[in-house]
Amino acid sequence: MTHDHDHDHAPITNGDEPPAAARAGALESLLVEKGVIRPETVRENVDWLVSRTSADGARLVARAWVDAEFKQRLLADARAAAVEVGLSPGPAPVLVAVENTERVHHLVVCTLCSCYPRGLLGPPPAWYKSLPYRSRAVADPRGVLEEFGVHVGDDVEVRVLDSTAEMRYLVLPRRPPGTERMTEEELTSLVTRDSMIGVAQPAAPATVG
Amino acid sequence: MHRPAHDRGGWPTDERIDRTEHELADWEVLTDALVGALGERGVMNVDELRRGIESMPPDEYERASYYERWLFAAETILTEKGILAPGELDRRLSA
Amino acid sequence: MTYAAGHRVRVADRTHVGHHRTPAYLKGRCGTVVRVHGAFPNPETRAYGDDGMPARRLYLVGFEHRDVWPGYGGRHTDRFYADIFEHWLEDAE
Repeated sequence: MTHDHDHDHAPITNGDEPPAAARAGALESLLVEKGVIRPETVRENVDWLVSRTSADGARLVARAWVDAEFKQRLLADARAAAVEVGLSPGPAPVLVAVENTERVHHLVVCTLCSCYPRGLLGPPPAWYKSLPYRSRAVADPRGVLEEFGVHVGDDVEVRVLDSTAEMRYLVLPRRPPGTERMTEEELTSLVTRDSMIGVAQPAAPATVG
Repeated sequence: MHRPAHDRGGWPTDERIDRTEHELADWEVLTDALVGALGERGVMNVDELRRGIESMPPDEYERASYYERWLFAAETILTEKGILAPGELDRRLSA
Repeated sequence: MTYAAGHRVRVADRTHVGHHRTPAYLKGRCGTVVRVHGAFPNPETRAYGDDGMPARRLYLVGFEHRDVWPGYGGRHTDRFYADIFEHWLEDAE
């Protein structure tokens, strides 16, 4: 994504953009003119936002898959574990990793808004922020999982985590079978964003080129 | 009990979840960055942002896109704090 | 009142005008404290420019489906969790 940032122009409107685009630009101009914010801060924030992907979360998961003691540290304090592997998990106050097992499958939602571990996963997908997901993830989690193509057996407990306060939840999905000979680096490519929200399983090894 | 429009858990709906991926538009990234900058400066915290979003009339809340809600909230809170004059953003847009 | 993991609690069923982070679908529901998170600034007052102090204790509370959704169609062992502030919890033991 390109992002030119010249602060000397009047708000630019463009027939293809929604009115909100001009509104955001005008708001920025006003706030900079008033000295409320600095353009450098806005630029830094833009750069941070566009640099965030789920690769950081995937690294944590892959490390936990190959190193059982690291996994315990991750489950005890996800922020400390992220820092340990050299990540910068961002401003979320508390990061909590929850482990899927053969008996338990977790699903994360924020029914009140869109709380999400952005520092580890990047921006949340549009569907995570959508009204039907926020409504149905708590009322009908198995139906939502089926809609996403995940079938959870009757012998598995579904646990829905509603992020109502300071905690940001990261699902530690189960390591796929047939991956015993893969390196940690190779394993990271199996860990999808959606598997760390709980609406997907990690990719199977044969699907990775 | 009256339930505000943002309090969505269990809200009756048959709507399917649209799983289309949407890359954020530049203006959406900008809005996010502006709100972050306001937070870093201590001008508007995340709870004020949420309060601003929650103050939207319900039908506007449901119609608005995610970052349109953020813009509404920022304008509401900044006007409340006297950082923006009422209508100042509209006047800038029509200038 | 302070709670420990394992304590049976009820989420207060009160009308709160203004910003708060207790979802309607959990108000009045009974659950069990799973984790004690520690104390955090109160978002209800931070939302109006206050510093949110004194910090309020926050708990991870777990709920059984039958205690939240009458007629739930999933498995009886399915669980719901939310982070609830102490001042929204009542002793249900």
